[in-house]
Amino acid sequence: MPRALPYLLLLPASLFLLVFFFYPFGLVVVESLTRGGEWTTENFTRMTGHWKFAPAFWNTIWLTAIVVPVQLIMALTMASVVQKLKTGRSGLLYIFAIPLGISDLAAGLIWLAIFEQSGFLNSIFHAFGIIDRPTLYLGYQNMWVIFLAVVLAEIWRATAIMMVIIVAGMGLIPKEYSEAAEVFGASRWQRFTRVTLPLLRPSLQTALILRILMAFEVFAVVMALGGTTLPVLMGETFQWQFQLQDRGVAAAYAMVILGLSVAFSLVVLRLLHVPKGARI
Amino acid sequence: MAEIVIKGVAKDFGAFTALHSVDLTIADQEFMVLLGASGCGKTTLLRIIAGLETPSQGEVWIGGRRVDHLPPRARGISMVFQNYAVFPHLTVFENIAFGLRMAKVTGTEVDRRVRRTAELMHIEQLLKRYSGELSGGQRQRVAVARALAMEPDVILMDEPLSNLDALLRLEMRAELKGVLAESKTTTIYVTHDQVEAMSLADRISVMNGGYIVQADRPTEVYRNPAARFVGSFIGNPPMNFLPAKSEGAGRWHVAGQSFAGPQGSAAEFAIRPEDLHPSDTGLSAEVRVVEPLGPHTLVTAQVAGQPFRAVLDSDRHITPGEVITLAPVPDRIRWFDPETQKAIA
Amino acid sequence: MTDTSPPPAPQLEARRAGRFLFYAGVALLVLWVLVPIWFLFVNALSAPSEVTGFPKRIWPSFDLASVQFFLQFQGVTQALWNSVKVAVLTMILSIAMGAPAGYALSRFDFPGKEFFRVLVIMTRAFPLPLLALPLAVMFIRTGLDDTVLGLALVHAMLALPFAVLITFSLFSGIPVELEEAAWTLGCNRLQAFIKVVLPLALPGIMASAVFAFVISWNEVFAAAVLTIENRTLTAFLLQSLNVSPLPLKFAGGAALVMPALIFIFAVRKYLFAMWGIANR
Repeated sequence: MPRALPYLLLLPASLFLLVFFFYPFGLVVVESLTRGGEWTTENFTRMTGHWKFAPAFWNTIWLTAIVVPVQLIMALTMASVVQKLKTGRSGLLYIFAIPLGISDLAAGLIWLAIFEQSGFLNSIFHAFGIIDRPTLYLGYQNMWVIFLAVVLAEIWRATAIMMVIIVAGMGLIPKEYSEAAEVFGASRWQRFTRVTLPLLRPSLQTALILRILMAFEVFAVVMALGGTTLPVLMGETFQWQFQLQDRGVAAAYAMVILGLSVAFSLVVLRLLHVPKGARI
Repeated sequence: MAEIVIKGVAKDFGAFTALHSVDLTIADQEFMVLLGASGCGKTTLLRIIAGLETPSQGEVWIGGRRVDHLPPRARGISMVFQNYAVFPHLTVFENIAFGLRMAKVTGTEVDRRVRRTAELMHIEQLLKRYSGELSGGQRQRVAVARALAMEPDVILMDEPLSNLDALLRLEMRAELKGVLAESKTTTIYVTHDQVEAMSLADRISVMNGGYIVQADRPTEVYRNPAARFVGSFIGNPPMNFLPAKSEGAGRWHVAGQSFAGPQGSAAEFAIRPEDLHPSDTGLSAEVRVVEPLGPHTLVTAQVAGQPFRAVLDSDRHITPGEVITLAPVPDRIRWFDPETQKAIA
Repeated sequence: MTDTSPPPAPQLEARRAGRFLFYAGVALLVLWVLVPIWFLFVNALSAPSEVTGFPKRIWPSFDLASVQFFLQFQGVTQALWNSVKVAVLTMILSIAMGAPAGYALSRFDFPGKEFFRVLVIMTRAFPLPLLALPLAVMFIRTGLDDTVLGLALVHAMLALPFAVLITFSLFSGIPVELEEAAWTLGCNRLQAFIKVVLPLALPGIMASAVFAFVISWNEVFAAAVLTIENRTLTAFLLQSLNVSPLPLKFAGGAALVMPALIFIFAVRKYLFAMWGIANR
């Protein structure tokens, strides 16, 4: 067996990673720390000095803090429901998985159809006689409604990916464990919290990391529902890069998102660490 | 004509040595069984002969041709795998025809040979099915038919019966023996099942820790183990061993009795459980467990503080706690050197 | 719970109530996923005047004027076509580079294997769309800016880790024995791969290709940053959010969602298998 073969097979992917992953990330780091060819922290001071930075940062954090736990619970519920079902399982799984294929922009537009002034929410309220005239929800006067709409759209869109990972993970856990726990007198809830959840840790890790990262990258949903009224980190990055043509500050924003992503990934890995011998 | 010669073949996996310089010659048309516990190197040796593994050292010759640098396809071998490896995307017919098509055999000849081997293995009615529609035993037959259809000089079999249930294994064993004898190929067969080895082999190579400990006819391996390991591995239950003290002049003191044995200063006494019978004089054994097995009774006892087993006639009633006297058949007693663990002639 | 004797009446009633609650919950979850999509399609399949009108009906009028308006809008067909081109290129690039790497990881033991695997997994802890920022500069230098190929390369970077991990698990699921059997039956490595491995892995490879297609089709940020003239549908919709009328947005959203629905349906069997191992 030629020794070089595996390396040959890895070569295209490795080169590609080098050119399109490592090199550009190196560039971002350099770009965030230079201005006109000089090493400086000015990009960061400009970024933090801008009035939109603090709200963008905190909006992103709050969105993540609210959306991710809700999604985790929903995804676990969906997965358990699917697990219990005997007939119609695959159909239900497909329905639950649909949002997985839907882009964040489309998800934003879908919820725009509900929240816009002539949208379905107003129509439903009107049909029940709660209101006479349509109210404007997504204006700058109602920041919290925009926030709520984004939360709902995000929950709607990205629960599927966690659900799929968790269902796949549950499929890997042999039934005997839960049955053994049942024999030893564990209730349904106890079986879930003491057996299923701990055994699910590797899947929860993946699901949470993927999902938290996506939450930090939230962008198109916000743009579709609130334009630039509700600033978020990724949106600001886009604005600085595109509208303000300041790549240095955009790179500084990128570094903030990158830092948050890496930090939270490490936290999740730490919290849900499974010792090597304790895996299924 | 395919004699197989293995010269000084060794294999390391990193720091682990799977084979220590093995030498073995397998005659043309011989049925050789490689027998040993898991991890003894038997499968590694088979895979080196097949060309699926490269030896770290040594040479492999098949039919007078050195093959250790050749890929499997150029060695004139066929192989039956432990999990059958019946291609799931092909019908039984196409599975058996696979190698023939690779060898560019003509269509009518492919058809003829597939049908002939399928008939031989009694699967002619399954030719249109897929692997998923077959039972384990049927898959096994397809795998053997696929190997036979190549009309190879050498067939290699890697624990081919280990995934079948006991009854089917018995049936397939007998069938394999017949089919392979008829096909006149050289066969190397890997197993950890000693009964399988005994019943199939012309010769058995008993392997342990990467060495071939003994390569001989089945009865020889059973009656005259070349090493203590062979005696303790083959036979169910295995050989009994007792320490012996030299009394000089070829007499040995064993558990309070005196036996004639080899010259020398140190030896271990060994006897097979079925070569013992109750008698007035002999080894006194304190019975611990009695297991009636139908034709025989298996008695587990203690002799001079050592565990000791005997297979006795089931006529006699024995109860645990009883002390019985067991006499070994004199010409079945074997002696081993405690130092080298080898048999003393 | 395997008691076969009929339980006493109150218990039976409690169980019935429990079952009712369970199915009500399932129905609610299904509605939660489907109703928003339904609203989007109601809008897309109604006349523009109905879309902007109030109150809304819950049933579309099946008037194709909105769709027509969308398709005839300046730049839409071009954007659609660009989206398809980029997605197909992404699909080809990511599989062409990912599948060999996946095969190497599944079949060989070699120094550096674990390093490569961790590298690929690690890329997921980075917000990959941000790569578009430095690459925008790099592309201007190499003439790849604002081209279909340039964007496809970035999307391929997003899809590559998945392609590697999914094909890795696919190939790992095909017993090595099958390949070895083919070798002993006269095949060389390439022949064995083509005749035995490929037919068995093909459906899964197709599924991961479709997945790569969807990733590219849905991607917004990099597409918006990297294209100006040759915009994809997502980039087009995002950049005209402020100026485009509602019917255009909703028809555009529906156009984004449609292929995703079909594709997720096509690969539904593989979704779970794919994510199950993407964990490890």
